[in-house]
Amino acid sequence: MRILIVGGGMGGTILANNLARRLPAELRSGKTRITMLSASDRHMYQPGLLYLAVGRMTPDELYRDQASLLEPGIDFHVDPAEEFRLDKNEVKTKSGKVHGYDVLAIATGSRPTPEEIPGLAENSEQFYTEETALKMFNRLRKFEGGKVVVAMGVPHKCPMAPLEITFMLYDYFKARGILDKVKLHYTYPIGRVHTLENVAKWAAPEMDRLGITYETLFNLKEVDGAKRIVKSEEGSETDFDLLISIPAHRGMEVIEKNGLGQRGWIPTHRTNLNMEGRNNVFVLGDTTNLPISKAGSTAHFEAETLGENIAAMVKLGAPVREYDGKVFCFIEAGLDRATYAMFDYKNPPQPKPPTKAVHWFKLAYNKLYWASARGLL
Amino acid sequence: MPSRRTIDARGSFCPGPLMELIAAMKMAEVGEEIEILSSDKGSATEIPEWIRKVKHEHVATEEKEGIWHVLVRKTH
Repeated sequence: MRILIVGGGMGGTILANNLARRLPAELRSGKTRITMLSASDRHMYQPGLLYLAVGRMTPDELYRDQASLLEPGIDFHVDPAEEFRLDKNEVKTKSGKVHGYDVLAIATGSRPTPEEIPGLAENSEQFYTEETALKMFNRLRKFEGGKVVVAMGVPHKCPMAPLEITFMLYDYFKARGILDKVKLHYTYPIGRVHTLENVAKWAAPEMDRLGITYETLFNLKEVDGAKRIVKSEEGSETDFDLLISIPAHRGMEVIEKNGLGQRGWIPTHRTNLNMEGRNNVFVLGDTTNLPISKAGSTAHFEAETLGENIAAMVKLGAPVREYDGKVFCFIEAGLDRATYAMFDYKNPPQPKPPTKAVHWFKLAYNKLYWASARGLL
Repeated sequence: MPSRRTIDARGSFCPGPLMELIAAMKMAEVGEEIEILSSDKGSATEIPEWIRKVKHEHVATEEKEGIWHVLVRKTH
């Protein structure tokens, strides 16, 4: 069986390693081949960008050489996909090479698109790429006081990031000794401060306690840089001295160009993770259209399910389990405490009050992530 | 007859039915109907509330066997 994995992020990497560990004999004999295509020779730990923006991680800590993370036997190419020819069971790459497959897994991820909101890119700080996170780090260092507004578009990956950056900024300004000169104002797209009801129930009183004001039902519409005003789809507006934005996201351009999904979101079955209408194509991570968090842990748990299923297809001729919607997200509640939300399609999260211990666990996970990527954790 | 897309947000806690609708509005054509299926009774109030604020049309809400079907139309 020829297994082709497109995408070298968390989902694709864990899937490839999971399969390699489950199919060693088949790989050695040549009965099975695992090929991975990626646009980069480096693997980025994306959750680290949040810490980079506030000076708690450095750029070098975000990356590992992709090949170094892969099990032996995985045929890895830094050669991004350009054409998906699903009717022919093949993918053509940038170099012109054509890879045939028996099973295809698409894990191409998502990207922020600030350019879709007039005035956003040039008038806000962001932290969803290395470049923008470093720019934000430098801007924060020089910020001496004023109104800091957090605003976002939908959908975005890392749904906890809006709360995390807000609480981390509170502690950041406190540590710099300028908290009394800063007014933090948080906005959120729906009618509470977070989409997870139990998280909102914890976060709103916490914001009240810390003096962080908030406005809900606020979806980014445009930014007037000259007047320093951010406007919402709902008709309201708020002024700012420093705007921190989390732009809406789209799937990767290659997905849209190949007509695989509107705005890059591929129609995906919620439990077997098949691309709709394609028995031998699976989708995982951000690029699915599933009504589920676009988060690293989602990709991780989907990859584990798919790894078991594709291996079972090789050995037994059929998949053996379903993805239950499991997600696990840490929530940094400042620079020294954290909690977490764990949920699935049937069970909502029940977050506990933040503790130092969970924060230390998250800091440890920032290092342990590389073991997850290798399929070990 | 306007075209209709369905968002199955049953069992969706995050991002949740309303956020799924907000994202879907970016993909819908003017005049298109969107039906959101939700297992959260809060959707019956929070979705129409947002629709009114952004001046789209709330067409109907129906509950069938514990699932809320909220039908809206993109008007601009």
